[in-house]
Amino acid sequence: MDQETKFHHGAPAADAKPIIEMRDIEKHFGNIIALAGVSFDVRPGECHCLLGDNGAGKSTFIKTMSGVHKPTKGTITIDGKPMDFSSPRDAMEAGIATVFQDLAMIPLMSVTRNFFMGREPVIGSGPFKRMDIQTMNEAAVEEMRKMGINLRGPDQAVGTLSGGERQTVAIARAVYFGARVLILDEPTSALGVRQTSNVLATIDRVRKQGVGVVFISHNVRHALAVGDRFTVLNRGKTLGTATRGEITPEELQDMMAGGQEMAQLEGSLEGTV
Amino acid sequence: MADTPQIVLDERLKKEGIGARLIKRPELGAIAGVVLVTLFFLITADGAMFTLSGIMNFMTPAAQLGILAIGAAMLMIGGEFDLSIGSMVAFAGLIFGACTVTLGLPLILAIPLTLAVAAGIGAVNGAIVLKTGLPSFIVTLAFLFILRGASLVGLKLASGGSTQLRGVRDAVEGDWLAPFFSGDALGPIFAWLAQAGIVETFNNGAPKVPGIPVEILWFILLALIATYVLLRTPQGNWIFASGGDRNAASNSGVPVRSVKISLFMFAAICGALVAIITVMDSGSTDARRGFMKEFEAIIAAVIGGCLLTGGYGSAIGAFFGAIIFGMVTIGLTYTNFDQDWFQVFLGGMLLIAVLFNNYIRKRVTGER
Repeated sequence: MDQETKFHHGAPAADAKPIIEMRDIEKHFGNIIALAGVSFDVRPGECHCLLGDNGAGKSTFIKTMSGVHKPTKGTITIDGKPMDFSSPRDAMEAGIATVFQDLAMIPLMSVTRNFFMGREPVIGSGPFKRMDIQTMNEAAVEEMRKMGINLRGPDQAVGTLSGGERQTVAIARAVYFGARVLILDEPTSALGVRQTSNVLATIDRVRKQGVGVVFISHNVRHALAVGDRFTVLNRGKTLGTATRGEITPEELQDMMAGGQEMAQLEGSLEGTV
Repeated sequence: MADTPQIVLDERLKKEGIGARLIKRPELGAIAGVVLVTLFFLITADGAMFTLSGIMNFMTPAAQLGILAIGAAMLMIGGEFDLSIGSMVAFAGLIFGACTVTLGLPLILAIPLTLAVAAGIGAVNGAIVLKTGLPSFIVTLAFLFILRGASLVGLKLASGGSTQLRGVRDAVEGDWLAPFFSGDALGPIFAWLAQAGIVETFNNGAPKVPGIPVEILWFILLALIATYVLLRTPQGNWIFASGGDRNAASNSGVPVRSVKISLFMFAAICGALVAIITVMDSGSTDARRGFMKEFEAIIAAVIGGCLLTGGYGSAIGAFFGAIIFGMVTIGLTYTNFDQDWFQVFLGGMLLIAVLFNNYIRKRVTGER
């Protein structure tokens, strides 16, 4: 199996209804137009890659999708119903979970404590309300095992995990708490080869559970290894969406860079970019 | 349990020995310290130090410091400092003295009022720190002076020109709440133990130790509650999270602001509790009360394993840190050493504790 198909084991139903659909989203910050009409949708069980160079508007777009920003124009529908997120919490409640680059993990705390941070299950009542440590420990170890990571113990500090493992904890946490759409912001950008393949394998696992994954990247090879559909963002606009098999890495790379100049540059670098 | 997840061992993970597991407990250093200090005094000090009355002798100052240290430790785990808790002891002492002596209020009103004023000041401290994003070090340093100065001025007003307010003992005499905050507890048990010949007695048959000073019981109670909160409640998890990484915590839905403000309030209340207990014991309050205690409390918390950067530490550690303090201050009087070695010891202990904690943090986070 070559790199391109290594992490692609499932074929999502192409006719499935999208979970979230964003239509002609525009976002202006004062006189700066960050997004000038972006359309994007995610279906259950697919990995939809959002590609774009730095400054293309990827961050603004995912922040709009996760409820951090309100779009200036355009509509967001979830399961066909129009939605109006006024905070990230609204988006989370609708099942849109975002794993940002900083992962929201605390190195000094154990995997279990990180896993349930802010959403600790409790038992008992009144002044004796306490964390259900046993359930928490079992759930954390079990969820991590499902993702292919064997913890030394539930009390292992997150600081002792590798970058890829931390990414996996963050993904497992989002899925455990009922994410239907999982937005991953550059999950592989700081990782080594082996770590990257772990994360891509995790994405594939999560997708098989019926979660729609939005994979943001500027690395075409990582995207092609796992993606079902690819949308390229350039200067605040979508340049179109392609499905797997319809597009070559070179074409994607060119679209991301805005065509022309990249082809020339690539020529002078003899195809190493 | 049938469905406990099976843990498959990774061949690259070395099995951790008991030693390696223990060393990751934040309170280990403080417990080791207590053992070392005890051994030291067993060898050098007069045997009287480790009789029951000797133990009460060093546990009383340890408890007074320890109550502050637990408040400081919780706040440090939550990622903030409070340098004003020493001055808070003086200021709360003034409020308490004014309530009981000047206004003649009963304890049932005076104590809640004192605690509420302290909590209010703690909340102001916290609100300023959170609102401005300034380091809590500098904001509470300002309050260290503000509260100390206000105590001086207030005492002069309340007592008519003196920096000491007397007459607290007479004012609270006979109040039904007084036994909870002053004197010795469990007296009857000690009397019974004396009769049974289990504890030492004076010639007239009264026990040499009439009971456990109440501050020791408060100290133990607070240490237990704080430990329970930290290790077993969601709020405890929020405290670690807020101190470990504020952004990560609030992105995960932890109410970081209210956690931190509550911790500032708790630290201030601990200061006020020490004020109430010590003022009632001595019968007067003065402006030098709690002088330098903020530093000692923070040192006890650091000896107890709290990181200066927050997010790590334990209340039990602070408990033992304070006991080390009490043992050394009082213990030196049982030896032939010059008592002023105390400060040298203090600095040395702090340095060792910080180096040790730094090493532990690297172990825990797997930094190399």
